[in-house]
This record gives sequence, structure tokens and C-alpha cells, in this order.
Amino acid sequence: MADETKAPTATAEAPAASEGQGPGPGHSQRPPSRGPRPGGGPGGPREGGRKYFRRKKVCKFCVEKIENINYKDVRLLAQFVAESGKIVPRRLTGVCTPHQRRLSKAIKQARNIALLPFAGRAN
Amino acid sequence: MNRTYELMFIVRPDMPEEDLDKLISTLETAVSSSGGTMKNVEKMGKRRLAYTVRRFHDGIYVLLTVEGSGGLVHELERRLRVTEPVIKFQSVRIDEEQKRLDKIKAIRDARKKASAAPAAAAPAAEGGETAPATA
Repeated sequence: MADETKAPTATAEAPAASEGQGPGPGHSQRPPSRGPRPGGGPGGPREGGRKYFRRKKVCKFCVEKIENINYKDVRLLAQFVAESGKIVPRRLTGVCTPHQRRLSKAIKQARNIALLPFAGRAN
Repeated sequence: MNRTYELMFIVRPDMPEEDLDKLISTLETAVSSSGGTMKNVEKMGKRRLAYTVRRFHDGIYVLLTVEGSGGLVHELERRLRVTEPVIKFQSVRIDEEQKRLDKIKAIRDARKKASAAPAAAAPAAEGGETAPATA
């Protein structure tokens, strides 16, 4: 609800500013539709529904200084595997590129030796 | 050319312990006969498989750490393939990865030492200054 109450006030200001420069009405229509879209994700609106605050993702391996990404460490690998058995993309987990590369390799090795599933849950 | 490999294999869950030991010892002799060394044998015990393999839901996991040439691993894989109770196996070369980890660890240790040394020196210097003041 916070999104909806804040968004109109922001859009009321934004078109007023843009009308002075004279873009068409189609342009002034855009800000309200743009507002709620990022709101679907985590975090709430910050300044007038324009900027959305999202917690910065950090690479788990860099922060905890885990260098040894091994196919035998199922518990570690399972954190980066979705319910369906897929490898979770970097953009969702925040893992940095070099670590994601090692991670995906380890997950694939673990799959080959039946420690992790190729698809579906382990059952 | 000596390299380090990890051989992980799964045997059927109903395999008796002594048969497994026998299998491992035959592998061990195969390793030593072709000039390698068996560094470690770890029986990881019975585990649930992530998916069914040859209609088995469980399996006994065994992990061997072997040092030797690629030909030796090839031979071991061949043996595992023809051994009936072995349902799955995988060999992974680990020496390069281990080398990388050792390197990182050495760098980290060196940094830790470097950062610890000035910190230890600073209080000593302070102590030296304050001691005459109080006295």
C-alpha cells in the first residue's frame, strides 16, 4: 500500500517538471507505470517512489573467504541450487564471476556422482 | 609425471563390508603395481542418492585419493567399470586446485603476519613513551 500512496505524489511532481520542457502526454503517462514495477522486488520505495532501495548483494565466498569450492561439500553447494535442481544465477545470489565459475563446475561434478540432482528434488 | 586424483565411487547398498574391503585392496594393489601411491581411503558410508542409479536409491560412497599418472587412473576406471557392484564413479584431478589453494593460503598468512607485526610494535612504542611519563 505504501507504494500506491507514495507513487501519485511523485508522479504529480514529475509531469509538472517535464511539462515545462514540453514532452507529449504519452511521456507524462510513463512515470506512474514505471513506479510500481521495481516495487515488486524486495525493499521499499525511498524518495517518492522513484528510487528503490535494495540491499547490496555480496559474494558469499569473498565475504567468508571460502576459496575451496569442492564438489563434496553438498551443504555449501545446495545453497546455490534451486528447488528444481537448477544452478541459481549470479544476478540473484550476488556471487562474483570467478566464484560462480568454480561453483557451477563443482555443482556439475556433484551432479555426476549423484550428490546433487540434475532435476527435481532429491528424493 | 605424478598427479593427484580423487576417485569417488558408489557401490550398491547391499554390498557386504568385507567385499568392499576386498575391492578396495585389489584397487590398492593395482595402484602400487603401476607405480602410484594410495594416499587415503575414506569410506563415506551409506548415503541417499540424489537420483536413482540402476534402480538404487542409496549407495555406499567411497573416496580414494591417489597419486600417480593418468594411465593409472585410466586403469582404475576400467576396473571400476567392469566391477559389477560399482554403480557410479568419478575421478577428479585435484593437485592443481590444491596448489592454487596453498598459494592463496600463503598469501593470506603473509598478510596476516604483516598486519600483525605493526600492531604489535605500536603498543610497545606507546608503552615505552608512557612509562617515563608516569615515572
